[in-house]
Amino acid sequence: MKKNLSGTDALRRRDLMRRRGREARLLLARSMLTLIAGFFALVFLLPTVLTFTNSLMSGTELSSNYGMVFSNITASGSGKTFIAQDITLKFIPDMVTFQQYLDSLFKTPEYLLKFWNSVILVVPIVVFQLLVAAFAAYGFARWRGKLQAIIFFLYVILMLMPYQVTLVPNYLVSDWLNILDTRWAIWLPGIFSPFSVYILTKYMRRIPSAYIEAAKLDGANELQIFARVALPLCQSALYSVAILVFIDYWNMVEQPLILLTEPDLQPLSVFLSQVNTGDVGLAFAVATIYMVPTLLMFLYGEDYLVEGIAYAGGIKG
Amino acid sequence: MKPKNKQIHKKKSLTGWLFLSPSLAGVGLFFIVPFLVVIYYAMVDNPVQHNFVWFKNFASVLKNTAFQDAARNTAAFSVVAVPLAVLLALGLALLLEAKIPFRSHFRTFFLSPMMVPTASIVLIWQVLFHQNGVINQFTEAFGVQAIDWLKSDYNQLVILTLFLWKNLGYNMILFMAALGNIPKELIEVSMLDGAGSWRQFWRIKLHYISPALLFVTILSLINSFKVFREAYLLAGDYPYESLYMLQNFMNNTFRSLDYQKLSSAAILMSIVMVVIIGALFIAENRFGKDVEE
Repeated sequence: MKKNLSGTDALRRRDLMRRRGREARLLLARSMLTLIAGFFALVFLLPTVLTFTNSLMSGTELSSNYGMVFSNITASGSGKTFIAQDITLKFIPDMVTFQQYLDSLFKTPEYLLKFWNSVILVVPIVVFQLLVAAFAAYGFARWRGKLQAIIFFLYVILMLMPYQVTLVPNYLVSDWLNILDTRWAIWLPGIFSPFSVYILTKYMRRIPSAYIEAAKLDGANELQIFARVALPLCQSALYSVAILVFIDYWNMVEQPLILLTEPDLQPLSVFLSQVNTGDVGLAFAVATIYMVPTLLMFLYGEDYLVEGIAYAGGIKG
Repeated sequence: MKPKNKQIHKKKSLTGWLFLSPSLAGVGLFFIVPFLVVIYYAMVDNPVQHNFVWFKNFASVLKNTAFQDAARNTAAFSVVAVPLAVLLALGLALLLEAKIPFRSHFRTFFLSPMMVPTASIVLIWQVLFHQNGVINQFTEAFGVQAIDWLKSDYNQLVILTLFLWKNLGYNMILFMAALGNIPKELIEVSMLDGAGSWRQFWRIKLHYISPALLFVTILSLINSFKVFREAYLLAGDYPYESLYMLQNFMNNTFRSLDYQKLSSAAILMSIVMVVIIGALFIAENRFGKDVEE
């Protein structure tokens, strides 16, 4: 009896050891994976963080760090500036200064003007693209005929076309309408871009028809169903699309290079590439200011963004 | 709006068209109609006389050495960038599927580059890849000769890192959504059957994410055609030759306003795009059905 008991005891112990072994291996694998993820996280975060920390360094410090990169810089400090041969990447400034921000905001109104140009170009596009697209999406989702299917397919193809293709027709029309080099040349093609129609249609197709039938029985007309049933149900989709459209146009370079060559009207995204060779300190500050709106959107709307991407991928819906 | 009459079918669909009309008018005016004109321009000899020359303009664009260079550079970039963008993103998605701590934070970090405007980040890239820059200091420590990255044949690598940095997060989200769609029971059943996680991955997951795999591939391909933005912001209008992309070609052609050249080049590119997109749809249909069964 006693022997037998100790036998099961040994078995149990061996079992325990085995489980511990497996757990240890699992733990090891898990910490390896965490390490890899941490490495990637570092790689992904560093450029953004560095841009920010560098914007807090004085012009003199920057030129002593990166002198060779931006060789034709004029450091904001007068007198001797030490231009380093080697480049040292610094994470934390010797002395935190907001001078660059003050300079970019007050002393050189040019940056502020370009920032404002970006805002004035992008915001109307986001608002009106969503408005036009919401109507169209409801049309595509509610009335499905052969013709609608063909048109929708055409929209998808248009959506996927690179700028090399779409800019030529856009240029032609802007030329005909005499709006080249005015903001309308950016606004109008942007407002009618089919991208948000595609995503919103996918969302609206998922609205249960029972909801719409119920509203109909209550005597609502289509416009009322659209405004009071469909739109509220798509609220999260509207946020997602707004974020995606905003970042797309906030980042635009190709369109203004061709359709809006007037320097005074160009957005900061284009102007920043010219600043780069100028005053580095200012450039870092302005680059940071330029990231703020999109990063704020990301901070508050990450889940909407993720959902929007999944829908754009056609993986949901 | 007038009250809707249920009996009259025509009126019903008319309401539908009314909803579509603002978008249709805009898309028609800014994309479809001018595109038809672009086709016309591509086939006439000059914008004044309009003599039809059919495919002569296409032939001369295809023979144009600048176009050939741009097409070759763009293709060379895509061939490397697309597989990397797909595989690394899939790796990241699988990494976040594993039971590691801080998963949601990692997702945030991986996705954040997408929300940083390219123009804001090129400064740091210049610091990293300068001749005396950080990357060279690192590689020199291993005895590798310093390279002036942006002004050498390696410059596509600079753009590649920027491309991957910005696009991996987006692709990763697409894969995560696809992985999340796999029914949990299916994985549990296979676990009971004793399938190791490696076999489980190949048998079940790959089968389920194949539509996403395809979509991400096409999307990355399209995005790789757009890499001009990064190249322009880093290297300007006249970059070192291997960075001369198709969009550079278009920009320079816009400057001389050669409508015939512009139109034929745009149409050639749109044909390539339509072929690629068509392949996507056919493949997605086939694979998509496979999964549902």
